[in-house]
Amino acid sequence: MAEIHLNKVCKSYGDVDVLFGIDWTIFDGEFVVIVGPSGCGKSTLLRTIAGLEKITQGEISIGNRVVNDLEPAERDIAMVFQNYALYPHMSVYDNMAYGLKIRGLEKDEIERRVNHAADTLEIRDYLDRSPRQLSGGQRQRVAMGRAIVREPSVFLFDEPLSNLDAKLRVQMRLEIKNLQQRLGITSVYVTHDQVEAMTLGHRLMVLNGGYVEQLGTPIELYEKPATEFVAGFIGSPSMNLLKAKISGDGTKAEFSDHNSLYLASALPSQANRQVTIGLRPEHLMVNKTSQANMSIKVNAVEHLGADTLAHGEFEGCDEIVTLRLHGIVMINQGDILPLEIDPDKVHIFDTETGKRLE
Amino acid sequence: MVENRPYVTFMAHAVLIFGVIIVALPIWVTFVAATHDELRMTQIPLPLLPGGHFFENLNEVLFEGVGSRGSPVGMMLLNSLIMALLIAVGKISISLLSAFAIVYFRFPFRMGFFWLIFITLMLPVEVRILPTFAVVADLGLLDSYMGLSLPLIASATATFLFRQVFLGVPDELLEAARIDGAGPMRFFWDILLPITRTNIAALFVILFIYGWNQYLWPLLITTDQSMYTVVMAIKQLLEAAEETPQWHLIMMTTLLAMAPPIAVVVGMQKLFVKGLTETEK
Repeated sequence: MAEIHLNKVCKSYGDVDVLFGIDWTIFDGEFVVIVGPSGCGKSTLLRTIAGLEKITQGEISIGNRVVNDLEPAERDIAMVFQNYALYPHMSVYDNMAYGLKIRGLEKDEIERRVNHAADTLEIRDYLDRSPRQLSGGQRQRVAMGRAIVREPSVFLFDEPLSNLDAKLRVQMRLEIKNLQQRLGITSVYVTHDQVEAMTLGHRLMVLNGGYVEQLGTPIELYEKPATEFVAGFIGSPSMNLLKAKISGDGTKAEFSDHNSLYLASALPSQANRQVTIGLRPEHLMVNKTSQANMSIKVNAVEHLGADTLAHGEFEGCDEIVTLRLHGIVMINQGDILPLEIDPDKVHIFDTETGKRLE
Repeated sequence: MVENRPYVTFMAHAVLIFGVIIVALPIWVTFVAATHDELRMTQIPLPLLPGGHFFENLNEVLFEGVGSRGSPVGMMLLNSLIMALLIAVGKISISLLSAFAIVYFRFPFRMGFFWLIFITLMLPVEVRILPTFAVVADLGLLDSYMGLSLPLIASATATFLFRQVFLGVPDELLEAARIDGAGPMRFFWDILLPITRTNIAALFVILFIYGWNQYLWPLLITTDQSMYTVVMAIKQLLEAAEETPQWHLIMMTTLLAMAPPIAVVVGMQKLFVKGLTETEK
């Protein structure tokens, strides 16, 4: 059990900077997820915590112990890799026992720990097999078993589910979540999949280009994205981000001559300025009776069963808008749909800085 | 191309059989000659069917030697075996270690060292034979197993091959081992060696045969008959002055010289093929 402190962590490869001063405290027993698009530095950040990469500046401490100069094995961590990284020539048992053997544990103790982990993960029957005889999901469990037997104070996961098929991924996601809750070990999980991030993490770090875009709980990130990037990244289908102009009195956002919406509170400071308006597809409603100020012409319809997605564009400008309607709704291509949205659910971002405006 | 016409099948087999005959006939003649006595081998026509003196000849060659001043071939076989094993094992160990250093460690002039090793490909024994001989002679290694094998042990080919193999090993394995607390040599011994087992075996086959077939170098540095290797001895059997070549014994020696490489290839063929074709680690 341990807290992790990241203090102005920077990492560069030669002249290329990858991480720019990351500050974060991960609390004891917390499950945090680092999420971002590929190349944002999320894996690098995890690897610096693991000690597989040396940081160029700053300080990392695990459990009140500065670990900057410690080898990975001395940091009291365990890591699960994307491609599992099981030793192909060793049996499942030996894979799990290898680290313990090196640490010089007694044979009985090793056996006890491996069997206990195998029971937890329900892989007792495979202990004698070699990794190549296992399916992807089973290998994943062995990789987690190898992490558990070390009884570390921190778990690190590097996109552990991305090599599994969709169904297995959902199942393993739940298992990881339950396991972490049961063991109560501080965990850092890296993924590019925002659904995984939202379902697993107590708190999320959204990373983009080596900078932290936002830290917060999944709900905070969803309800109050701090930047345009977070707004577009969290949520599926992703938020509609539309160019608009704030009217002279600051009460309306105008997309084009015929399309505009009223803001929850006036923004006189932004009057006549260009902003980006974020509308979540699931918050847009079709309202044929009210005097709606927005309407789209439908280009394409996708029926997902539980939901219906309609893609269309505002008249007079070529912004594409997606809306997500509950259940099966019969919409045809070419239909004109009047739209409405609760003003509290409108997000406004500064187009230049990408920051949220309130 | 899969064809199912009888004519094509017949032709394919005919070509194959013809090929087998071309390759196998000299070996057959060698075998037949080794089974007759001295008298029969001087008569015309040459026999094409085996005679009854195989074990007699084998015994004479192995323990007494060929001709008046020949040494027993059994000893030469042992010399050859020791030399070939020293060369193969030496080459593999040195190449494994140098490839390990080049792939897994960051040190100054790393690529410089790699290219230095690589350039030695241009300098086989035949090119550097005089200086090498001088060095070996100065070290007092003439007529010794060390002298026979040491100059042939450095190998750019094997180093290069292992470098490629190590580059194909996923980085995550190294990282997992580091997290498990394995130091560099522990990783080398526990992880890297076992997973490159088949490549090592394939290279062993090639290098063993390379060592076994050495002719020029042993000829140059051995003057003591007790250090002769079998491959160089065959040539000398033919040069026995003022004597008729004893073909039945010479052929028996040849047969014996061919046996160990064949045994190695046959015994290790599964690993050999795997080691050369398998790419996934």
